[in-house]
Amino acid sequence: MTLPVKERVEQVYREESRRILATLIRLLGDFDLAEEALHEAFFIAVERWQRDGVPDNPRAWLVSTGRFKAIDVLRRRARFAASRPLLIAQLEALEQADWSDEDVEDDRLRLIFTCCHPALAADAQVPLTLREVCDLTTEEIARAFLSAPATIAQRIVRAKAKIRDAKVPYQVPTLAELPERLDSVLRVIYLVFNEGYSASIGALVTREELTREAIRLGRLLMELLPEPEVMGLLALMLLHESRRPARTSSSGELILLDEQDRTLWDRQMIAEGCALVERALGTRRFGPYCLQAAIAAVHAEAPSVEQTDWAQIVGLYDVLLRAVPSPVIELNRAAALSKRDGPLAGLALVEAILDRGELQDYHLAHSARAEFCRQLGRVEQARQAYERALELTRQEPERRFIEGRLRALR
Amino acid sequence: MKYLCLVYSDEHLLHSLPESPKDAECMAYAESIQGSGRMVAAEALESVQTATTVRMRNGKLSITDGPFAETKEQLAGFYLIDAKDLNEAIQVAGDIPAARVGCVEVRPVRQLNP
Repeated sequence: MTLPVKERVEQVYREESRRILATLIRLLGDFDLAEEALHEAFFIAVERWQRDGVPDNPRAWLVSTGRFKAIDVLRRRARFAASRPLLIAQLEALEQADWSDEDVEDDRLRLIFTCCHPALAADAQVPLTLREVCDLTTEEIARAFLSAPATIAQRIVRAKAKIRDAKVPYQVPTLAELPERLDSVLRVIYLVFNEGYSASIGALVTREELTREAIRLGRLLMELLPEPEVMGLLALMLLHESRRPARTSSSGELILLDEQDRTLWDRQMIAEGCALVERALGTRRFGPYCLQAAIAAVHAEAPSVEQTDWAQIVGLYDVLLRAVPSPVIELNRAAALSKRDGPLAGLALVEAILDRGELQDYHLAHSARAEFCRQLGRVEQARQAYERALELTRQEPERRFIEGRLRALR
Repeated sequence: MKYLCLVYSDEHLLHSLPESPKDAECMAYAESIQGSGRMVAAEALESVQTATTVRMRNGKLSITDGPFAETKEQLAGFYLIDAKDLNEAIQVAGDIPAARVGCVEVRPVRQLNP
């Protein structure tokens, strides 16, 4: 069955527009010019495909049309700038071979690495990636991060200006640079995921559109660059996401891991996540994301809290702490240790972290302390710690959760 | 494309830390950049105590002692290099021996439009 032309164009846009954009950025060396060319090409396609039929290779047709449109734009501008004729000549000399399938896949990877380049402002990397790689609009990004569209737009404009003026290269890093640069890409994807999975502010526990985009980015990266840490991050996101249906009650209240109905967990995501963890660990080149995914996998495979292999989880946290020393990981380890050795052991660790002066403004540290005290029957201490956590949290469901705990203490 | 790599560091620490580079190492690095064909110019600077700041206002020259701004870290030297792109410039900057004790700001050179 053939679709009407307009729908076919829309379908090609959905499936191919990011690939075409990525290639046009490489050919034209300019994000804005490439975006303009992309939209012109699709605009022309609606009319031309109606008349002449849909080309055999719509993507190549669109890249080629976009390139010609860009040459037109540059010709018009050439009257004002002396350096353009050279660029136009280079563009005209390009062969069709420059947009073969292989190059196109490389272009998508180039685009990701460029948007996540550490020379760009940290608060611009996430919006730029969501805009260019995921095709979210500035308004959608602003809504997801609860900021003003003008703020997001300005960050994107500044980042693009730096890419152009400081000549941030449009390339996949060399093997020597890869570990550091890949970290930056993984960090951006995980930031997007975390903001969606555990929105730091606002009325909802989760924002599904962000976790979905993060997982989509993870899959794309996995397809283009199947490094162990890429597998690890994708597995980690899938294993967390599998619990989404069990994490909030019908009235939007937060439900902790201990109290979740495990029959609601998404088994298909768990199976995919666990398989990725095994594959990543098998390479023996795993890092922090694989280790965190391995911890999530132990939880995912346990039929209940009581039947969870807490000793293995504590062991994995030990390895993780050696790889990336961090008080937040220490806090998570304390929670696991309390399951293995009892709340007193957990409390000692949390108090040691707080006594060092770390995590004092982190609401979850005080929540954990409160929880251990509650389990030990130290009601007054538990109350104080919950009250401190309440002061610090900015998330509405968390606040209600803590208030519920406080009421139960009375 | 030309990039200016500005080397900043706390002047009092630049030469006194265990990892502080010696002049010979700095010269050897400058020679290696020269050898790779990416060098335009590079110099180390005397202390900011020797700096003089000059301004022209309403046709009148004003001269003051010291750098234009008091900062915790001072400009200690520079490399003007020719690099393919920012990644290459970052590599050159990262290997400047003084980067171990101070920091290097990498700035693309702007083409003047006559």
